Amino acid sequence: MGTFGAIVASRDLFKYTQTSDPVTGPKLALVLFVQLFASMAFAGLVAVLVEFVAYRRLRARGTNRLATLISAIGMSMVLSEVMRLLTASRPVGSPRILEKVILTEIWGAQIRLDTLITILAAGAIFIILERFVKLSRMGKAIRAVSMNEDAAKLMGINLNRVITVTFLVGGLATGAAAFFYVTVYEYTKFNIGFTMGLAAFTAAVLGGIGNIRGAFFGGVALGLAEVYAAAILGTQWKSVTIFVILVLVLLFKPSGLFGEAVTQTRA
Amino acid sequence: MKNFNLRDFGAGIWERANRPQRVAIAITSIALISLLPFAGGSFLATPIAAYDAVLVYPVAIFVLMSLGLNIVVGKSGMLDLGYVAFFAIGAYTMGFLGIHTSLNTWEIMPIGIGLAMLAGVLLGIPTLRLRGDYLAIVTLGFGEIIRIVALNVSWTNGPNGISGVPMPPDLGPIKFRLEDQKGFYWIVLVMILLTIWMIRRLSVRRPGRAWEAIRQDEDAAELMGVPTLKYKIWSFTLGAAVGGAAGVLYASKNLFIAPEMFTLNVSILILACVVFGGIGNIWGVIIGGVVLGYLPDRIRFISDARLLVFGLVLVVVMNFRPDGLLPRKKREKAIVKKGVDA
Repeated sequence: MGTFGAIVASRDLFKYTQTSDPVTGPKLALVLFVQLFASMAFAGLVAVLVEFVAYRRLRARGTNRLATLISAIGMSMVLSEVMRLLTASRPVGSPRILEKVILTEIWGAQIRLDTLITILAAGAIFIILERFVKLSRMGKAIRAVSMNEDAAKLMGINLNRVITVTFLVGGLATGAAAFFYVTVYEYTKFNIGFTMGLAAFTAAVLGGIGNIRGAFFGGVALGLAEVYAAAILGTQWKSVTIFVILVLVLLFKPSGLFGEAVTQTRA
Repeated sequence: MKNFNLRDFGAGIWERANRPQRVAIAITSIALISLLPFAGGSFLATPIAAYDAVLVYPVAIFVLMSLGLNIVVGKSGMLDLGYVAFFAIGAYTMGFLGIHTSLNTWEIMPIGIGLAMLAGVLLGIPTLRLRGDYLAIVTLGFGEIIRIVALNVSWTNGPNGISGVPMPPDLGPIKFRLEDQKGFYWIVLVMILLTIWMIRRLSVRRPGRAWEAIRQDEDAAELMGVPTLKYKIWSFTLGAAVGGAAGVLYASKNLFIAPEMFTLNVSILILACVVFGGIGNIWGVIIGGVVLGYLPDRIRFISDARLLVFGLVLVVVMNFRPDGLLPRKKREKAIVKKGVDA
């Protein structure tokens, strides 16, 4: 929950800086990499900054979670307002980076180059994150902090550093997502991150909070449900269907599809 | 600064006062507050919007809704991100019945409140078994569902909204006019006072104690024999009732309602009022509602950057006063287990 504001905000920012990069030429791959890198780095930076401004002091005082939530909401308002003022509330288009080449057709479904790359990248990021949290020393520390902050501290884990890294990783992933969004949809707007942040949060709850595998399948399930609901019931009922599914899942499996056994929240 | 606590200071004055003094304090403050619409010429005036209209919405209606949400979030500690749903239900009841029947605002009021409470119960029974983040996301979803339904079904007139909602009929000397909104202000004020009275009465009785126990530790409360689900639903329903009442008045005041008035932002804003002012403390919540309702209109002269400033104020205040401007009494604070929800 804590990262919600940060994610929304950095995503907003992200898409923008992204589009302002000059584009293409023969060295397409290089350009893509530079853009991806720039957008990840910038989102990561913003996320760390947000953590520093909006969360750190509150955490040091050990205060209630709601104060932190409001502080995060304030921060996300600040960031998205800054972007709104900079772009004069207008959507920002991006030049075409990847030609929309249709590679092949499977059962009438077109496989396009840009969407294929996006899907593969999502898989890759999932695997990297999963490995990172599971195997690396820092990942272990992150899991320890999420289980019990006090015990983690007693074990010599530098809490502030772990949390900063968590925000950084969140920012990087968001930056990458933003990059692929822009390559596929080729535009952005200052408030675009809000609905996406909401969808991300819903997907995380659906899959089970605190569980990368759950988040991945939650995201896929949510996306599919959205598309089918739009096709069967009409686009306008899309979000209603999603929330109804969410309520049902939480009723029968309160910890999410792949969640841990606890129903209680953690901060 | 550290030892000075405005809340205890105010409570001290009240506790030292004897009965006639208390009555005097209460009457003077109510009188002063009800005279506020006449202070339009002073430094309080808002640059662009009409001052007496701003006092009604957002200020007074925000205060009313914050008080309602405070029952849920502050008193019983459940994070509700879909409070706007009840506001919308109240508003649409008023809009629909006001247009299609000959009932007036005062007759529709109990129906609106009843429907909001019904929605509270219907939502509460399945969802209040959840806690924390999960409850938050489900209530958020409920708020969105209500808005999307209003957007897509025919009897709400979809995105065009309902226009021509009737004004309330005059109540004796209190008149309701578009160009003079003092009447609305006084009516909302009366509702605020009633809500305060209700909350204060409930707080010292069984439901209030049950909410307090649930907020501090739900498992312990359950073990001590508190029927937690029942009291959680009660808290939810009472909060919904206040939200519904606010909605009915809002629709009748605004003469027009449309789905885009009931977005998630409203829920978040009201929650911000509660937390900003001082969660769980009625007076803090009122101050929160006043400040966050009034501030954006007062600083409208920096029109473009006002939301930016608003966001900054939220961040700064929460960082320096995490318990809000006017926090609840120390003894009422939960014994917070670190890492577990407060």
